[in-house]
Amino acid sequence: MTQTLVSAASGALLATGEGGPGLHSVPATGVFDATWLVIALPLLGAAVLLLGGRRTNRFGHWLGTLLAVGSFFVGLALFSAMLDASDADRSVNQHLWDWVSVGSFQAEVGLHLDQLSMVFVLLITGVGSLIHIYSIGYMEHDENRRRFFAYLNLFLASMLLLVLANNYLLLYVGWEGVGLASYLLIGFWQHKPSAATAAKKAFLMNRVGDLGLAVAIFLMFTTFGTFSFDQVLSGNAQASGGTFTGIDLMLLLAACGKSAQFPLQAWLGDAMEGPTPVSALIHAATMVTAGVYLITRSAELFNASPDAQLVVTIVGAITVLFGAIVGCAKDDIKKALAASTMSQIGYMILAAGLGPIGYAFAIMHLVTHGFFKAGLFLGAGSVMHGMNDEVDMRRYGGLRKYMPITFVTFGLGYLAIIGFPLLSGYFSKDKIIEAAFAKGGTSGYVLGSVTLVAAGLTAYYMTRVMLMTFFGRERWKEAPVGAPADWHEPHPHESPKSMTLPMIVLAFGSVFAGGLFVLHDSFVNWLTPVTGFSEGDSPFSEYAVTGMAVAMVALGALVAYVQYARREVPAVAPQGSFITVAARKDLYQDAVNEGLVMRPGQYLTRMLVWLDLRGIDGFVGGLAAFIGGTSSRVRKVQTGFARSYALSMFGGTALVVAATLMARMA
Amino acid sequence: MNPANYLYLAALLFTVGAAGVLLRRNAIVVFMCVELMLNATNLAFVTFARMHGNYDGQVIAFFTMVVAAAEVVVGLSIIIAIFRSRRTASVDDANLMKW
Repeated sequence: MTQTLVSAASGALLATGEGGPGLHSVPATGVFDATWLVIALPLLGAAVLLLGGRRTNRFGHWLGTLLAVGSFFVGLALFSAMLDASDADRSVNQHLWDWVSVGSFQAEVGLHLDQLSMVFVLLITGVGSLIHIYSIGYMEHDENRRRFFAYLNLFLASMLLLVLANNYLLLYVGWEGVGLASYLLIGFWQHKPSAATAAKKAFLMNRVGDLGLAVAIFLMFTTFGTFSFDQVLSGNAQASGGTFTGIDLMLLLAACGKSAQFPLQAWLGDAMEGPTPVSALIHAATMVTAGVYLITRSAELFNASPDAQLVVTIVGAITVLFGAIVGCAKDDIKKALAASTMSQIGYMILAAGLGPIGYAFAIMHLVTHGFFKAGLFLGAGSVMHGMNDEVDMRRYGGLRKYMPITFVTFGLGYLAIIGFPLLSGYFSKDKIIEAAFAKGGTSGYVLGSVTLVAAGLTAYYMTRVMLMTFFGRERWKEAPVGAPADWHEPHPHESPKSMTLPMIVLAFGSVFAGGLFVLHDSFVNWLTPVTGFSEGDSPFSEYAVTGMAVAMVALGALVAYVQYARREVPAVAPQGSFITVAARKDLYQDAVNEGLVMRPGQYLTRMLVWLDLRGIDGFVGGLAAFIGGTSSRVRKVQTGFARSYALSMFGGTALVVAATLMARMA
Repeated sequence: MNPANYLYLAALLFTVGAAGVLLRRNAIVVFMCVELMLNATNLAFVTFARMHGNYDGQVIAFFTMVVAAAEVVVGLSIIIAIFRSRRTASVDDANLMKW
């Protein structure tokens, strides 16, 4: 598909990256001089904890948490400085050092802090700090807690580098860094084969996406001769429409890998093998949103290619529905939440594909999602903590009495994600639905309808999770089918303060963030200088869209209520219709990947091996065998009889003499 | 006397020597046949020198004798060494250098 789109667009006239306001920056001064500290603090933590080894076991978790919180405070200081600065001075550039400087190839290590990266810095360090605190309690009994915190710090540093880099090459370093941290943390319990496999799967699928980013950077360098934001995204970059489309599609591929978007979505569900704080931080709030950041950051490039933007929205729309459908059938609480994450990021990607109409809302939903999804995951972790690490929701039920704080915080996160009026998700998701309709034309209607349907599905699957976990009969009191002899009933209990505190803070965020963001359009105004903003023209009024969205949400929640509250939840999942079976198997994503990629790949390698063994090795080996065989036959001439040698000498001499004589005569 | 007769004699001697080298097994006899061949060539050289009226052939005949003397010393000592270790002087038994 990429090929045809590129060639279709290559005929287009020269296009410039116009539409957005362009990216310009001023050198960092004053407080902004400290920008590098945001990255350096967690990096220091990772270095100390990894190099210090067992000696740091005793205080490792405290050090890691302290540095993450420290980084958050530096972020806050930067934020307040940015609030004081005028719009023109809010985009600052800090040159750290030259990385590679060869001829026209200039790679710089420098940071770029503007309104967009500021949002990410606060989200990453803020949610990151909370999850560090949560992990102190959650990982208390794990003997490798120090290593866990080292990896978390490494992740924070890489993610911050990703959002603060001032050129694509440095961004790529952060991009790979978060991939590495994600791999290490998914496989943190590598003694479990499933965790080790999941880590490998995530790593490999991410590699496919990373290839896209690499190619995009190559294309940028050959087209523009540079990959620094200042020049590529300044709005003056000149290239043909086809080149822009090519770069954009490669960036989209990268985003798909990192953000678990169709068709590279299969790794996210398995990534839930990692410890729950990891799922909350990396696979819900921050890393998986890197794709959205990449697209929003590259707004100038995407604005220049409507074809690529259309592909982005299609990918987003498919993933929105894909995740939502899978989420409806999962019984594993973390996998249900993972499917939901995929779907919600689909919303963001879709919004980012809408161009200036949607960028700001994509980021807004990203932030509110960061709050409520991290909160939901932490809640799920808290439930698992109290239930002997049980993840099957069919083994839960009626837990609200035993875990009141978890119930309330999870409940608020739940209300926020389904878009209960006036909570965070309501505002951010509503804006995306509006923006989708505002795209105009048939595609606008299609995208708007998809987001509406997905809103209903979201309400359905989240209500299902909520009801199965906290309401209904206490199914965990009965022994499961095929329980081991030493099975004993779990004793659900509320988690320690270090775990509930972050959940409470995130619950506050889930409730109020959205309202604060839309108040006076503050969030959109904040981002407009970076991403640009246009109203679009919606066929429906704001109220009509809101009304439809709320109706869909109510419908979804109602269906779930009828199915899971009015009826008994069976302890063993019923057979279900073919849709349920398909959704339970992630819509056969693994089978498809296996059939389309893995098996052909295996056949290809087998064929190549055969070709190598029989063809190339066969030729070389055959030649050697031929020569060897011939010479072992010719060898027999050496009889060892001196007389026969003498005879041949004599014969030879006679021949030479005869030949000489003949030559004389002639 | 016709000098060609000397040449016929030399050819005859050479042929006898060559046949001996190729046919006999005893190393000593083979050795003597080699000497016979050398002397046949010496005779031919001297004859040619006489026919052409210069001394080149005669000089080479002296060289051949000197070399033959040296060769006899080396050859005989090899034969004796082989005889001592293998208790035979047959050239066909000394076949260590075969394939």
